[in-house]
Amino acid sequence: MKKIEAIIRSSKFDEVKEALHKIDISFFSYYDVVGVGNEIKKADHSYRGTVYDSSYIPRRALTIVVRDVNLRKTVDCLLAAAYTGETGDGRIFVMPVEEAWKIRTKVNGDESLKGESEK
Amino acid sequence: MKKIHILLISLFLAFSFSILYTDIAYAGTSTDPSGAATGNASDISAAKAGEPTLSEVAEQAGHNKVAINMIWVLIAGFLVMFMQAGFAMVEGGLTRAKNISHTMAMNFLIYPLGMIGFFICGFAFMFGGVGPLATLGGYAGLDQEFTINLFGHTFGLFGTKGFFLSGVYDVAVFSLFLFQMVFMDTTATIPTGSMAERWKYSSFFIYGLAVGTIIYPIYGNWVWGGGWLSQLGNNFGLGNGQVDFAGSSVVHLTGGVLAFVGAKMLGPRIGKFNRDGSANAIPGHNIPMAVIGTFILAFGWFGFNAGSTLAGGDLRIAVVAVNTMIASATGALATVLYMWLFRTKKPDPSMMLNGMLAGLVAITAPCAFVTVQSAALIGLISGVLVVEAVFFIERYLKIDDPVGAIAVHGVNGAWGIVALGLFADGTYGGGLNGVASNVTGLFYGNPSQLWAQLIGIAANILYVGAIGWVVFKLIDMVVGNRVPARAEMEGLDIPEMGVEGYSGIKLDKGSETPLSR
Repeated sequence: MKKIEAIIRSSKFDEVKEALHKIDISFFSYYDVVGVGNEIKKADHSYRGTVYDSSYIPRRALTIVVRDVNLRKTVDCLLAAAYTGETGDGRIFVMPVEEAWKIRTKVNGDESLKGESEK
Repeated sequence: MKKIHILLISLFLAFSFSILYTDIAYAGTSTDPSGAATGNASDISAAKAGEPTLSEVAEQAGHNKVAINMIWVLIAGFLVMFMQAGFAMVEGGLTRAKNISHTMAMNFLIYPLGMIGFFICGFAFMFGGVGPLATLGGYAGLDQEFTINLFGHTFGLFGTKGFFLSGVYDVAVFSLFLFQMVFMDTTATIPTGSMAERWKYSSFFIYGLAVGTIIYPIYGNWVWGGGWLSQLGNNFGLGNGQVDFAGSSVVHLTGGVLAFVGAKMLGPRIGKFNRDGSANAIPGHNIPMAVIGTFILAFGWFGFNAGSTLAGGDLRIAVVAVNTMIASATGALATVLYMWLFRTKKPDPSMMLNGMLAGLVAITAPCAFVTVQSAALIGLISGVLVVEAVFFIERYLKIDDPVGAIAVHGVNGAWGIVALGLFADGTYGGGLNGVASNVTGLFYGNPSQLWAQLIGIAANILYVGAIGWVVFKLIDMVVGNRVPARAEMEGLDIPEMGVEGYSGIKLDKGSETPLSR
């Protein structure tokens, strides 16, 4: 089992979600994050005569836990769906997961990650 | 059948029968659905009902005239009272979420604080010697003015009758009190904008009493209470004396000067200025709130300006109201175009709100005395003036005014007083301050009116500036004016007020304060 943490443009979220659903990755959590990075800043904010750039970059983080067998296709899917080609498209991190349980059925291991459709 | 159905059907039947039987129930009494026949001779109080004598008709006409005036003054006062909500929303919207409980609580409590101050002695100082209240029935009991003699002329300084409204148990006085009280509270709430987000609540509390008891009423007496500025015409031949129809100086310049002194003494918010003196933006957290607040203010302003005739029967109110709305429009448009075309190249919502308020402040003094074309020009100038004033105050004076209160109320209050001295067209105001001629400005042939206006501005800045400085210094010595830096960083809501304004909503409080570089 692997945990994929992907930080993507908030504007690409819907496309990424659809693409993941298409390859049967139906369960993941996400949250809004802010970060700093090397995206080229523009001073596009203006308040009461002071023009300034915003000090943060808003992004959306996805946490996806998959079986090893699904790792490659999930990553490929993210790489394709979150891509624009401009600076600031985001990052993907993969890390091992030791164990997983599904609370309702008390199943653990790979079984716990299978979606309802795969039963 | 459910009980609720039975109930609904019985209600429907009862309602139907009531319609059917209406005519029968009132048979014998003629109704007047169009309203054309309601109100006739039998409504006039007369010894012989329906056949009043001429003197009885005259009595009734006089009573009705004063009634129209008094109702107008009261309703206008109710409108001005609602401006407190407008101020709260503008100031709350243009400041940060972490301080919202504190900012709103200042705007709330200034209303009762100032009011009680005005009730205790403010009204007596301001109007205790104003003389007969001509439009409200002529009550002449407010007749005690403290005066001194200089250069062979009498200088009225403050009134001395009507403390706690005692000894003046008269409807005219009570109408005047309500109307003038809400004006005072408008002044009182102006500095809460320029001093927002760092002002200790205990210090604010004492200030609220000071402004209603002494600061506002003394200058108010000089202009509206029969004091020396209003007598500049009688005593020295300067036009009609200082003229301020609805309060560009009495209300707004006073508030603006207090806002200036207070913000200067408090110092800027943490993060506002960098070491090289350049300013950082600290965006307000709720532009929608500020927009609604500005509309509430613009709405209340009709009461502010048109109500200042103190007479619903003085139909100049139509000119006053139109001048007021035209100046508010040209003010807002001037600001938005100036920012958009020449400054930051953005329309800048918070500035356009300031622009409308600047137009309103500037037209407040001259609204009854100028043509509508002049009103448009006065508003236009105020819209540019307010932007330049905001920049000047921030970039050269290094004073941090989160909502632009000094630029809107101070600078444009002074501009409104000058504008009256320039543009008054000589068609209205005869008899004002005991001078028979109509109020006439420089461009219509009377330079002396402008002198009276300039003396009024100087007197305001000197008096309000001095007493404001003393009051804020004294409060600072007793309780301290400024909150600790840590409270300012974490937001004033918990340390000062005990409750967050947006309880249960997660705020990124750190990101709300820029880093001074």
